[in-house]
Parts: sequence; C-alpha cells; structure tokens
Amino acid sequence: MSSRYFGARIRRNEDESLLTGRATFVDDVQIPGTLHAAFVRSDLAHGHLRGVDAAAALERPGVIGVFTAADLGEYWQPGPLLVPPAPIEGLTFHARTQVPLAREKVRHVGEPIAVVVAESRYVAEDAVEDVIVDLEPLDAVADLRAALAEGAPVIHEELGSNLAAHAVQTKGDYDAARATAGLVLGRDFTYDRGVSAAMENRGVLAQWDERSGQLTVWDTTQAPIPIRNGLASMLGLSESQVRVVAPFIGGGFGPKIMMFYPDEVLIPWISMRLGRPVKWIEDRFENFFSTTQERGQLHEAEIALSSDGRILGVKDMFLHDTGAYNPYGLTLPINTQCTLLGPYNVPNYYSEFRVAFTNRPIVTPIRGAGRQQGVFIMERLLDLAARELGLDRAEIRRRNFLSPDAFPHDHEILFQDFAPLVYDSGDYEPALDRAMELIGYEPDGPVPSESGGGSPAEDGTDGEDGKGPSRRERLRGTGIVSYIEGTGIGPYEGARVRVEASGKVCLVTGVGTQGQGHFTSFAQIVADQLGVGVTDVRVVTGDTREFHWGTGTFASRGAVVAGNACHAAAVAVREKILGKASEILEVAEEDLKLTEGVVRVQGAPDLSIGLGELALRSNPLRGAVEPGTEPGLEATAYFGPRRGATASGVHAMVVSVDPETAMVEIERYVVVHDCGRVINPLIVEGQIHGGVAHGIGNAFYEELDCDSEGQLHNASFMDYLLPTATDVPPIRTAHIETPSPLNPLGIKGVGEAGAIPVAALFAQAVEDALKEWAPGLEVRDIPLSPNRLFALIEKTRAGGGEEGA
Amino acid sequence: MDATQAVAIRVTVNGERYERSVEPRLLLSDFLRQELSLSGTHVGCEHGVCGACTILLDGQPVRACLVFAVQADGSSIGTVEGLERDDGLHPLQAAFKEAHGLQCGFCTPGILMTMVAFLDEVPDPTELQVREALSGNLCRCTGYQKIVEAVEAAAADLGGSP
Amino acid sequence: MKPASFEYHAPDSVEEALGLLTEHGWDAKALAGGQSLIPAMNFRLARPAVLVDLNRIDELAFIRRNEDGIGDGGPGPDGVRIGAMTRQRAVEKSELVAELAPLLTEMMPHIAHPQVRNRGTFGGSAVHADPASEIPAALLALDASCRVRGAEGERWVRAEEFFLGLFGTSLEPDELLIEIALPGPRKLTGCAFREISRRQGDYALAGLATRLKLDIEGCIQEARLAYLGVGGGPALATSAAAALIGEKPTATVFEDAARTAAGELEPMEDMHASAAYRNRLVEVLTREALATAVERAFGSG
Repeated sequence: MSSRYFGARIRRNEDESLLTGRATFVDDVQIPGTLHAAFVRSDLAHGHLRGVDAAAALERPGVIGVFTAADLGEYWQPGPLLVPPAPIEGLTFHARTQVPLAREKVRHVGEPIAVVVAESRYVAEDAVEDVIVDLEPLDAVADLRAALAEGAPVIHEELGSNLAAHAVQTKGDYDAARATAGLVLGRDFTYDRGVSAAMENRGVLAQWDERSGQLTVWDTTQAPIPIRNGLASMLGLSESQVRVVAPFIGGGFGPKIMMFYPDEVLIPWISMRLGRPVKWIEDRFENFFSTTQERGQLHEAEIALSSDGRILGVKDMFLHDTGAYNPYGLTLPINTQCTLLGPYNVPNYYSEFRVAFTNRPIVTPIRGAGRQQGVFIMERLLDLAARELGLDRAEIRRRNFLSPDAFPHDHEILFQDFAPLVYDSGDYEPALDRAMELIGYEPDGPVPSESGGGSPAEDGTDGEDGKGPSRRERLRGTGIVSYIEGTGIGPYEGARVRVEASGKVCLVTGVGTQGQGHFTSFAQIVADQLGVGVTDVRVVTGDTREFHWGTGTFASRGAVVAGNACHAAAVAVREKILGKASEILEVAEEDLKLTEGVVRVQGAPDLSIGLGELALRSNPLRGAVEPGTEPGLEATAYFGPRRGATASGVHAMVVSVDPETAMVEIERYVVVHDCGRVINPLIVEGQIHGGVAHGIGNAFYEELDCDSEGQLHNASFMDYLLPTATDVPPIRTAHIETPSPLNPLGIKGVGEAGAIPVAALFAQAVEDALKEWAPGLEVRDIPLSPNRLFALIEKTRAGGGEEGA
Repeated sequence: MDATQAVAIRVTVNGERYERSVEPRLLLSDFLRQELSLSGTHVGCEHGVCGACTILLDGQPVRACLVFAVQADGSSIGTVEGLERDDGLHPLQAAFKEAHGLQCGFCTPGILMTMVAFLDEVPDPTELQVREALSGNLCRCTGYQKIVEAVEAAAADLGGSP
Repeated sequence: MKPASFEYHAPDSVEEALGLLTEHGWDAKALAGGQSLIPAMNFRLARPAVLVDLNRIDELAFIRRNEDGIGDGGPGPDGVRIGAMTRQRAVEKSELVAELAPLLTEMMPHIAHPQVRNRGTFGGSAVHADPASEIPAALLALDASCRVRGAEGERWVRAEEFFLGLFGTSLEPDELLIEIALPGPRKLTGCAFREISRRQGDYALAGLATRLKLDIEGCIQEARLAYLGVGGGPALATSAAAALIGEKPTATVFEDAARTAAGELEPMEDMHASAAYRNRLVEVLTREALATAVERAFGSG
C-alpha cells in the first residue's frame, strides 16, 4: 500500500460547513417548543442551605417549573468517580463527587441550587432572581495551603479534614543520592489556576419523545458514549433508548470530558418530566464557576547533582488543589509526578503529594493536565542549578538526556493509566540541536540579537521617529527547555468502515471531536488503505447512535487510539475488498491493485471492478450465500494500546523585556516536536500553535483573582485575559520522528504538547533578559503578570535577593 | 402603553428582508440566531470581548451582542451566511480553508466578518496590521498564526497585493 | 447573561429625548453607543427601567470646524466641534480632527477594537466617565468644553467641571451632552498621548494625555497632564504641571515632573496593577509623553 495521504498537508474536510456558518453546534439545534433553563447558583463559597423559596419565580409569566434537590427524589445522586485512583502503595484517597443540586451544603461559589425552566432564557434569568435562597454562611477556605492547615473549615465534614489524597512514589534512594551530591538546590514554586476558556461555552439540549421512548441529548461533551451509558443507567432506560450527540464542538481542552456536570444530568431528566425539549446554554459568566478549572499547585522541590551537572536525584513534595470535589481522581497529580522526570535520566526520585479540597470550582484536566506543573518544576531546577554550576542551560539538559538506546525506559513509578511509566521511544539531542539552531542560541552569551547582549531594542509603541528620552530600553533574553508528554493512553477506541454502493466510504468512530481535524486525519488513514480520495471518506463522530463503544477525546489520544482503530478497520475492509474482487475477477489477490476507487488487475488494464459495484455485490438481495458470509464491505475494529506513547519536544523563545515597566514581548518562538509519525503536518502545526498560545496565556496573561473567601473578582473576558493575535508571536515548528512501537501507525499524541513547557520557557527567557538588570532574579510563580514581574524586579534590585529562599 | 412590549422591526439581512416583532431587550445576536435561524453568528461572551458574534451593521463590523435587535430597525445586516458567492466560497473563506485558519470553527464567523471589512479598508495589509485588526477576536485553538496567513493570502487573492 | 426588561424609546430629536428624560427622571438612562452600558446590562449590573436610545438623533452626529468659537473663554474659532453621538471610528478617521485636534487621532486607536469603535460614541464615552478610558483624559488635557442641554436650557461646561470622579459627571439625569468643543492647534504647542495596557485594546493600566505650550525662549509656558487608569476619575496632575512652568524642557525636568506626578496621583490597586506599579508606569509614561509633546511643540512653531 502506498501512502498518498498519510503525512501530507491535506486541507480539512470539515472546513466548508464551518466557514459558511452551516456547521451545527449544540446551541444551533433548534427544536420548536423548546424550554430554556437557567440555574440559581450559590453566591457563597461555603454555606448551609436552609431553604429555597421558588413561589415568586413560579408565578412569573413564562415560567414552567423550578426544581430543587428535594424535587429530584432518588434521581439525586452524587456524580460518578470518573477515574479511580491508581494502585499506588500506601495511598490515601477520599472520593467526593459533585451533586446535581446542592441539598444541605454549598461548597463553592456557583454551585447549582435550583434550576428554573421557562419559555425563554431571558425569562428564566428573570425568574432566577425571584428565587429566594436561605444560605447560612460558613467560613470558607480557598487557599490551598490554608485548606490543609490545622483548624481550617472542613468542606466535607465527615472526612475530618480537607485532605482528599496523599501519595508517595519513589525510585531508588533520593537521600542516599543527595549525600553524594556536588550541588543540592531547593526551591518553592507556585503554579496558579486558570480556566479552559473554550470559545463555545458548554450546553445541553434534551428531547424526550414519549411515543418512541427515545431520549436524544445534544451535549458539548468530549465523550458522548460514556454520557449515554451513564444517563441510561441513571434514568432507568436502555442504552438503546438514549442517543447522545456531540455535534460540532467549539473547543474542548479537557473540561468538556464525561463530567456528568449537574446540567448534563438534570436537563435530560427535566425534559422527560415535562415532556418537552429543554435547553441550557452556559453563559460566559457561569463558565467561570460551572466548568472545571485547573493548575493550582504548590511545590517544595529539591534537585541533587554531581558537580558536572548530572542529575543524581529529585525530591518534590507538592500540594494539589482539587476544588470542592474530586471526580477525576488522581490523574492530575500523577501526571505532574510523572511528567516532572522529563526526557532526563533521573536515577533517584522521591515524589509526594497531598490533594486538598478547597471552596473553589472543581478541578479536572485542562490541556496539559498536570504536566505543565511538572515540567515547570524540573526545568526551573535545572536552570537554577546550571546557574549555580556555571553551566550553560542547554548543556545541562544535554548531559542528562536519556540516550537513544535507553528505550524502552522504565521510570519505576505508575502513570495515570495505572501502567508503569515506561517511555516507548525518543531521541532528544537532535531536537535540542535543531531548536538551538532555529532560535540562534549562543551558549553562555545567549542573546541572538544583532546588537549584542542586553542591548537596548526599539520600543515599538512609539509612533514617532523620535529619539531621546521617549525611547525605552528593552532587554532581550532567550530560553530553551525540553519536556516529554505521556499521550495516547487506553483503554480503547473503535471504528467502523463501510464501503457504500456509491463507492464512497463511511467511517464511524465513537470519540467526540472539538476542532482537532478528525474528519480529515481519520479520513486520510482510511483513504490510503482503500485507495479512495480523502474527500470520499465521510467521517461520523460523536453520535452514539452511530457507534456504541468508546471512551472519549482526552489525554492527546484521539489520533493514537481512534486513529489506529480506523486503520485496523480499514485494513480489514481492504482485505474484504480484495477477497471479493479476487472471487469475481477470478484473479489471485496478489495480482490486484486498489487505486482511485477501482480494483484493477495488474497487467490487464481492461479487467477491473469499482468499489461501488463490489459493495453492491457484497450485499445480494436474492439468491443464496455461503454460510457464515457477512454482508457488505464493512468491518469494525478496536485498538487499545498497552500503554501511552511518549511524545517529546524542545521549545525556545526570544523575549524582550522593558525593565522599567516589566512589560514583556515574545519576539520569536520555536518548537521542535516529536509526535511520532505525523498524519497531517498542517493539523499538527495548528495543534502546536494553539497549545503554545494557551501556554502563553497561562504563563503571562491568565489569572483568576479569587479572594480568601472563595469569591472570584474577574469572571469576565474583560479581566480574565486571553492572548490575542498581537500577543502570540509567529511560531516556527520543526518535526523529529521517532515512531511509537506501541501502535501500528507509529503515532504519538500532539493535542496538548504545545501548552506544556511554555511557562518554564517564559520564566527562563525573562530571567535571561534581566540577568544584568536584576542579577539573581528567580521566577518561581506562574502566572507571571507584569505586575508580579515588576514587584520581583524591584525586590531583587533592592537586595531582597532570592538566593536560597 | 407598555413599552417593554414587542416592537415591530424591519431589517435586511444578507439581502433578504425580514419583519419581526421583538421584545426591546432582545440582543441582536439572539435575534439573528433564534428569530431568523441564522445560527452562523456565534455567541461566546455576551460582553463584547470575544468577537464571535461580529456582524456587519450597515457595512461596519460590530458586536451583535452589544446591540439590541430593536436598534437595528431599518438597517442592513451582513452575517457569515451571506459571504459565499455564486461560484463558491468567498476568497477569504477559501483562504481560511487553504491555510488551515480554523480548528473548532466557533470563532471563525466573527473573524471572517471582521476581516472582510478590514480588507475592504486596507487591501494590502502588513502582518502587524492584520494582527492588530484581529486582536478584537479571540481564538483559543489556532494561536492565530494560520489565521494571519489566511488573511494575507486572501488579501493577495483579492488583488490588494502586487 | 440576558438583560432585564426595560421600556424602550427611540426619539429622533434632542427635544423629544429631553422630554423623555424629564418624564422618567432617575428611572431613565440614555443609550448612546451602548458599548459599556449593554455589557453591564447583560451582566445585570445595570438595569435601567427606561432606555432612551439616542442613536436616531441625527443632529448629534457631526464633526465640524468651530467657526464662531463658543465664547466665555472656551475654545475659540480655530478648533473642532464633535457631536456627542459621533461614532468613535468617525473621529478616528476624520481629517478635520487630524488637522485640528491631532491628539484625538493619536489616541482613538487605543480605545478597544474597531468593532467597538464602530458603535461606541465620542460623547457616550465622555458621559460614562470611566476612569480608565481615554476620551475623558484627552478632554481634560485639551481643556475642552462640553455643551449640555436640559429642559431648563443649555450651558457650556469645561472638562474640569464636567468630570466628577468615579463614573461621575456634572450632567443631571434630565440633561444630555450635545457636543464637545476642542481648542485648535496653537503655535509652540504640542500634545502627546501614551498608555500601557496588558493587551491591544484593553483599558490602560495607566496612561496620560498632555499638552505643553512653550514661550519664544523655549521655556514651558503652559502644561496640562491628564491621566487615565490611575485614579477615581480622569485626573489632572496639577503639581507636576505647575513645576514645569518656566522650565527649559530637559530630560531632568521631565523626570522630576514625572516623579511629582507619580507622587500626587493616588493610583488604585487591582489585580492587574499595584499602586506602586501604576506609579512606575506614570513616571515612565509622563517622561515619554512630555518629551514627545515638546518635540511637537518645537515642530509646530
């Protein structure tokens, strides 16, 4: 089989409908007679719920119903624990999952207390204001450290404390390694929370058809099949009675996973109860409370190295904020724990984490999912160690890379998929070299500007040709960091490929898609096998009526797991095609060639049969067939990897910093990336660009202003700053390919990669720019807003040096 | 008279005339999506920052979430549904497909409407001008780079560049 | 995020609008471009019972040469008059404004984004008097005058008397801002606008508009420094301005004035900037704006 499409820059099949406004997103589904829901939400972060009075709301014209926890009866159940904890020895874990509507207590601002259903969203919002909620305030705890302190308000009283989990994973003997070290360097680090900020908020539309006994739910979910299974079970319906459709989704980034959010559970129930379609579309304000968030961690980390900069061991103890509930188990802290090790040989490792409940919205993975924090810790430790040892920053990394013959490499701890953390393949030095070359990295004098180190650069904000004091000095700095990413974990995905009588191909898979280009990359895989055009493959995803089995899109696994399932199904159909053609044409299969939708006999150009004809003849309407014959040119296949595939990369950037105003501009950005074999470079580049932009947001712009009472003060896009087109620099990408041996296509995931190392890189580049202006300055907290950088610069220059802090 | 009651309005959208009766508080974004079923105009923030709902109001790009439908009475409106030409995609749409200037596509209609007007005004823009013009539209998927490339390509295609 | 109900009126004359405002008093709110009011309504932070939409009052949308001046020591017959309902984008693009009030041309692109300026109005932004917005500071720096009309009649109000702290103006609930008159360019006079914001189009963390006039010796004769983003309203730094008078415009003088300005303003703190950080930005921006204004003043002579 020749590969015409795999690896090619194929334009996307899905674009036309998106570009013309025809693509249907959840809120675009309009069913006559639909009712609209709005939630009454807690305005306190912690409180006893003493009562809800909906009488006034019910009297408002246009209001159909108001539902509270009491109305739900037995349907009121805490949500499922989506990911059970990994079997780590000595683990402590307490599961507390979100409830559909608060019953006795509220545990974060925005927790739903009641839902109002009305003829329009406008009226529903009016009625929300009519509902009187009697909340008795309790002391709240929003700060991660405070949550675990003695005497902190306890969020789930029966636990006696806010400790949600405690785990230790070790490798070797860190203390023994430390005793022999030439340098031991310890620091504290903070990584703060943000929101995923998909441009489309979440939404659910449910329609119960009493006559057919069918429930249809349109949901902005990344995982329609698990939602279908869960809803069927909760509502007492057969899975065949519930259809969940995840149509076009306006960005996922993690929080749209199978959460069983209160709205996801309630809207279908209300539709069944009222016998009418019911829609809830989250608004942007709600999104800051009702959709999950991520990244709050505090680390105390230490690295032990030999005098020549080889890592002897790392010790990291951290706190992880899970918010008011922890439905996602330990995925995030384990990702942090594992990803910290990076592409390095770390012979001794001690990693201990405590997870705390806080009075803040729930924490589940967002693009990167705990990995950012791990990379930040390790890369910062290496930067600071290099400084101490007088080593170049690139060199210290090079000295510690796992060598290309070290694979598979077992890190001797467990990964989030419960499998041992074993890297499948990689080759890290070429990526470092390439990134250094592309950014123009110069060891020990790493300033690639024409004008030399720490040089004044023009401030582009001055529109005049003016000189003199209106010019501000800007200082340039360069950064270079590396990282790995465990991607493409199991359990499995499936796909069904069918050749239709038209000769065109229908490909169905269960994963949802949120802009990753699956309509195209999956079609490429199948088109190559079946010798058809990529536009002849119609891809159906995210509709449980079309495919029964699967999990969802998360952990950079769509291309790896579902992609390989598509491949396996296509291979099986190809075999059927050739078998059937061989039978009809009376020619051995080896002599057949499948191209351009036609099976031809090699050397006999007149002898051929089209795929459509073959499909028709595989589905006879009369006559007898051999026993055991399956109709049609169709096959279903599943793929489940043994464990995740390890993607990796090196990022580099050049920043310029105005040392007086602490404003930072990212001038250039380079990504050298290894995601195994690339299906579509265009799509991979797009994924990387978007990830980097997200990472830049987390590093420099995005910040939640939450006070100690759990009140958020910037729940809007006016004050929660997403990077815009003028904030994201041009990004240059280059690929390194070490195919994964764990799947036939050799793919590794790429969806999250771009976002992972950006904060670590930004910190290093800013320090580099300021190395003469504020010697000894250390960036240890993310996000690093100009406001924070200003304070850091002033403190450092005033002699409040951070050494050994 | 209760002035919170519905008001009759007449608008021309993508060349078609519509008469509807609307509550004064109905946002133009909701009017287009719900009353006219033109759901290509997306709603991302409803406070005028994300730009997903950008439409042309009498030829000028504005945020449809920051205009009441009743204010559009007598106006001519352009939405993404009106961009396509008889012979296929508008050159800007085609350039977005060619350059992979969209991923989830949710922000795309607002970006297209913004950039159509921009290219009318600045037919041969520099990269910085494109980025500045784009800065009022948020995109979480693309990192903007391929959007910028798409707009530059469209500018050349539309005859702005030599 | 849907607004609460309101009673809607769309008068097509100032007289009719004033009648409605008088009739409804505090219940009524005038709707200009809506780019601040409508978001506030969508969040239900603002819920006027009655909206008087000014967008159909054509007589309020104009940019014209101030042929006769306004008398009373206000802007004379060499400047420009801008109707309150003139779109910000029109001011930005106006050649007349570029000729007669170039500070505005320099400043307008800093206001949000084109989609917002296409709708937002010059007068609406002035009346909203957001301490972080650009137009009020520019009006203060230029010593503009505002024509205000109520049922009782009309008056001209100098910018200094028009702006009253946080979101406050001297406009009564039954009055409308009709137009703003700006003084024209003078010899040996230069203006400059500077601001720093997190992203393109964001409200400024700090910024200023300044106007300097030199005497024939090249010493500073008049100085106005008006700030945005730093106080409870658009704020004049009067001590810094006074300290400049009579001085030769040198880098040292500008640095001293910048420090004085940072000392006399009382910046607020928020998540985006501490008071100390805002003070630093005030210093840097003041220094730069003064240097630019002086260059322009020499160029204008």
